Amino acid sequence: MLIKCPHCGSRPSEEFTYLGDASVKRPGSTDPSTMDQWFDYVYLRDNRKGRMHEYWHHSGGCRSWLVVDRDTLTHEIFGSMTARDWAKRQGAGS
Amino acid sequence: MKYSVFSLLRNSLSGHKHWTPAWRNPEPRKDYDIIIVGGGGHGLSTAYYLAKEHKLTNVAVLEKGWLGSGNIGRNTTIIRSNYMLPGNNPFYEWSMKLWEGLEQDFNFNAMVSQRGVLNLFHTDPQRDAFARRGNAMRIDGVDAELLDREAVREMVPFLDFDNARFPVKGGLLQRRGGTVRHDAVAWGYARGADSRGVDIIQNCEVTGMRIENGRVKGVETSKGYIGCRKLGLAAAGNSSEVAAMAGMKLPIESHVLQAFVSEGLKPYIDQVVTFGAGHFYVSQSDKGGLVFGGDLDGYNSYARRGNLPMVEHVIEAGVAMIPGLARVRVLRSWGGIMDMSMDGSPIIDKTHIEGLYLNTGWCYGGFKATPASGWCFAHTIAKNEPHKLNAAYRLDRFRRGYMIDEKGQGATPNLH
Repeated sequence: MLIKCPHCGSRPSEEFTYLGDASVKRPGSTDPSTMDQWFDYVYLRDNRKGRMHEYWHHSGGCRSWLVVDRDTLTHEIFGSMTARDWAKRQGAGS
Repeated sequence: MKYSVFSLLRNSLSGHKHWTPAWRNPEPRKDYDIIIVGGGGHGLSTAYYLAKEHKLTNVAVLEKGWLGSGNIGRNTTIIRSNYMLPGNNPFYEWSMKLWEGLEQDFNFNAMVSQRGVLNLFHTDPQRDAFARRGNAMRIDGVDAELLDREAVREMVPFLDFDNARFPVKGGLLQRRGGTVRHDAVAWGYARGADSRGVDIIQNCEVTGMRIENGRVKGVETSKGYIGCRKLGLAAAGNSSEVAAMAGMKLPIESHVLQAFVSEGLKPYIDQVVTFGAGHFYVSQSDKGGLVFGGDLDGYNSYARRGNLPMVEHVIEAGVAMIPGLARVRVLRSWGGIMDMSMDGSPIIDKTHIEGLYLNTGWCYGGFKATPASGWCFAHTIAKNEPHKLNAAYRLDRFRRGYMIDEKGQGATPNLH
């Protein structure tokens, strides 16, 4: 797999470290009443078969956190952006 | 037909024309007491033990492909019970005991070979950790021996003992561990279940579930609707997809794990040898091929094939451990989809939906668990409560904080 890093261009996947699903949302509160949200955030996953957005760290390159749009069934990569841009986009959407 | 030396002789004399199929290929009935989703090792062994131990035979196993087309035919055939944590060890040791009597039990030659599993260590702290693991195993009645460097050298003289990064200091040996012919496990359980009346329905994909008032009513399949009172899910890497049909979200990620086999060689490696520090393990099949593998590729995948960086990494680690492998040619490599759980341990449990049972989260250790997994899942389904052997494998343990994290990695499925 070749992942397109916005800073470094198209680079082989072994330069990157995988974190996982970028759609999970960290709860904004630590209040005990938000336990269920925390449980969901830490443990539960959609585990999508098909396209998903996921965090990759360019640990062997520019060390940026990226969000990559990838198909888990075919390994095809459709695009990527910095995690900062992803967060802005998520913020705008909510 | 019971297989024996006499049936073999009789059929030899009649030119092998009278062997009967090992199992039927029935069309699904409209309704069953119990349906198992997934005709792999765990699904088939569940059906077998439902029929044998609990006399429940109005059972169907639904398999979307052909029998044994998933991980039961894609693993590296290793059996062992060298776990450390309470909850894991009694379960895996029960699995080992079932392996030891399995061939007589289901009257099928599964080539169970207790050739020993040797885990290498390379540093003093690692020796301490392995000694601790061995002691934990022995407390639970499992065999474990801590070998020093010279004892390891006697067993496997071809290792690179003076490797600059990972010199071999010794190993933890479980002599009762070994290998089993994986396909024969699926076939033996299928034949045993079928002969007791279980319908094994191949090429029948579950596409939906009918749940009314919090109770399972049946499943929609590619062969039409089939009703049932109880439904057991044993779908391995596809667990999340199947559970989603019941509106459930699981603490599971699906990851690809690759495995490899070399060209056939003369007898070379008698044991299973693991080089955990370098992510490599190897055994030699009875055909002579070296069967080996390493770690997950590390990213979510349903592709049943991995990428080249992990191929390169595994082969590098293999040559680092056994320099003599450098000129051995690789025959094939393949991938399987692992149901990686959030703590590296499995789930065998009831769910909040009445009549729906879940068996998942086997990570890359599902093969050795096949007998005990089916045995415990059958008990859980038949009695509607977990057996004490799988009592720790509850689905709600993540919410309650009772993880069984053998590797101590936390909620990171790709690192277990």
